[in-house]
Amino acid sequence: MIELRNVTRSYGAFKALDAAQLTIQEGEFFSLLGPSGCGKTTLLRMIAGFDTPTEGSILIDGQDMVGTPANRRPTNMVFQSYAIFPHLNVEQNVAYGLKRLKLSQTEEKRRVDEALAMVELRGLGKRAAHELSGGQRQRVALARALVMRPKVLLLDEPLSALDKKLREQMQVELRHLQKSVGITFVLVTHDQYEALAMSDRIAVMFGGKIAQVDTPQHIYQHPVNRQVADFLGGMNFIRAKIVGEDERAILVETAGFGRVKTDKPGHFRSNGGSATLGIRPERLRVLWDDEQSRHEVAGTVVDRHYFGEVTHLVVEIPGFEAPLSVIETNNFGADDIPVGAPIRLAYDPDALVALAD
Amino acid sequence: MTVAAERIDAIVHERARRQSFHQSEQFRGLALISPTFLYAFILLLLPIVVVIAHSFWTQNYLTIDRTLTLANYRTALTDPMYLDHLMRSLGISLAVSIATVVLAYPIAYYISFHGGRHKNLWLFVIMVPFWTSYLLRVMAWKVILGYQGVLNTGLIGLGLISEPSSALLYNTPAVVIALTHAWAAFAILPIFVSLEKVDRSLLEAARDLGDGPVRAFVRVTLPLSMPGVISALLIVMIPTVGDYITPRLVGGTEGVMIANAIQTQFGRAANWPLGAALSVTTMVAVTAVAGLAVLALRALARAMR
Repeated sequence: MIELRNVTRSYGAFKALDAAQLTIQEGEFFSLLGPSGCGKTTLLRMIAGFDTPTEGSILIDGQDMVGTPANRRPTNMVFQSYAIFPHLNVEQNVAYGLKRLKLSQTEEKRRVDEALAMVELRGLGKRAAHELSGGQRQRVALARALVMRPKVLLLDEPLSALDKKLREQMQVELRHLQKSVGITFVLVTHDQYEALAMSDRIAVMFGGKIAQVDTPQHIYQHPVNRQVADFLGGMNFIRAKIVGEDERAILVETAGFGRVKTDKPGHFRSNGGSATLGIRPERLRVLWDDEQSRHEVAGTVVDRHYFGEVTHLVVEIPGFEAPLSVIETNNFGADDIPVGAPIRLAYDPDALVALAD
Repeated sequence: MTVAAERIDAIVHERARRQSFHQSEQFRGLALISPTFLYAFILLLLPIVVVIAHSFWTQNYLTIDRTLTLANYRTALTDPMYLDHLMRSLGISLAVSIATVVLAYPIAYYISFHGGRHKNLWLFVIMVPFWTSYLLRVMAWKVILGYQGVLNTGLIGLGLISEPSSALLYNTPAVVIALTHAWAAFAILPIFVSLEKVDRSLLEAARDLGDGPVRAFVRVTLPLSMPGVISALLIVMIPTVGDYITPRLVGGTEGVMIANAIQTQFGRAANWPLGAALSVTTMVAVTAVAGLAVLALRALARAMR
């Protein structure tokens, strides 16, 4: 559906986007995730036609789009600021793009009503732009783009201006909407939870480069490097010594975990016989009383943060350079573990991932 | 005493004080607004009241007869000479304000959208000519448009005309040209400000929804900059109706405007009441024309959606 071939955007010596290669499938909910300044918005704006690549080509439906202005591309955008026309009411905003199509009055009205129903703004057609709440503005922007029936809907951080509750509700709604209309969605976001919750696939970007493209689960569980692992949720990093290595797996040894065999990520390079192992805090489990596990480490609780449904424990393990953080749900009384108490943790060796530095 | 009790005590005390010093509260309020009030009263309201009063009186050689009469208005509205002057003034000011806005808009647009880092420099450059006296700038037009002027000699030099044209100066177009130039900056600035306020992402949204650059301009930029256009129109139109210097210097006999007639009544003709009646008539007429122009522009902006 969308194919980026070697797309580069440079400003003088600075490369906002460096040789991006990417294929987005038809009907996919695709997210571009990364910290601010990583080039994700530049990439989105180039797909929309507001920016031109310095090098490379952008294909939509097999057609090269470089040189085609934004108004002739089969894409529509939901802007970060929503860009609701202040001099028009809701209906006129939604009908803005339809005017050019010269539809009959009834057909235009039908499509506007349909779009407003889709975003649950029925009956608000006559509202002036300044009478809308943030969530309503977002819905108008969405309806205005969807009413054009684009091949691709581009969303530039559409939820960042909403409060937490509304944002979570809109995540679900957007996801359902995308599945029901079947249009390819490309979302730009810096919020990893938003990307994980909504996307079919995610491209994680850093410093103008695409670091990893994969499904949310796979990216979360098998990040290619430390940067990706760190950006998506929390991760404990442990220094390990490589004791054995073949094409698909490596055998590492660490102080607390002993010898562990892990999958070898694609472009893993052993760095002078040492590697970094990662384990997610929620993949460590507190062992209570005389509970036993085949894989366990012992340490001391040095800090505790209470978050309501979960407690974050910071556990010092002898031999580790940094303490491990552990997320434990509060149904077994993890919130009652005192600081300074000895503790044993169980881990799943499959949850350990080797990371390229 | 607790904090809450202290606060309640303070409120009760305050209420009692307010009731017993009710008069002085009012007095304080008046005292606060009095400087501005006096200023507005002496400099704005009083002169207008004096003018309106005079317009209902009669000049009796050196004295003024203070019996109320509508005779001055009858003269002002029926004498073909005054009517002609008034109509011509309104026509000229309308032409000037439209010409000024039409010429100022592209300049303001260029500075706002393509001025880049040099916006302030551009605005400064536009302001520079206005540091010279208004009189000098009008005189400069005499030099340009005159019989032996820059334009005539230039056209002769190019061989486009064989002898100097006298049709350039001392007529209505000369007044329109001089006034349009004189008021340019006053139109550029409000339009520039309103264009600066147009959110650029709205234009991207218009492009994204299928509009080419021209349609996006007509459907988004122009309607959103309409407040600036309207204020530019009013800023130019209202003072130009009463302009006196320009028609006097470059207007000849044809370009005489109502202000010249009013000046004559207050000066040589020594008929202040008639002059006052002409002034009031002009004020009312320009308000009406300006109001109509605003309504027309608003309707135009609505139609462009």
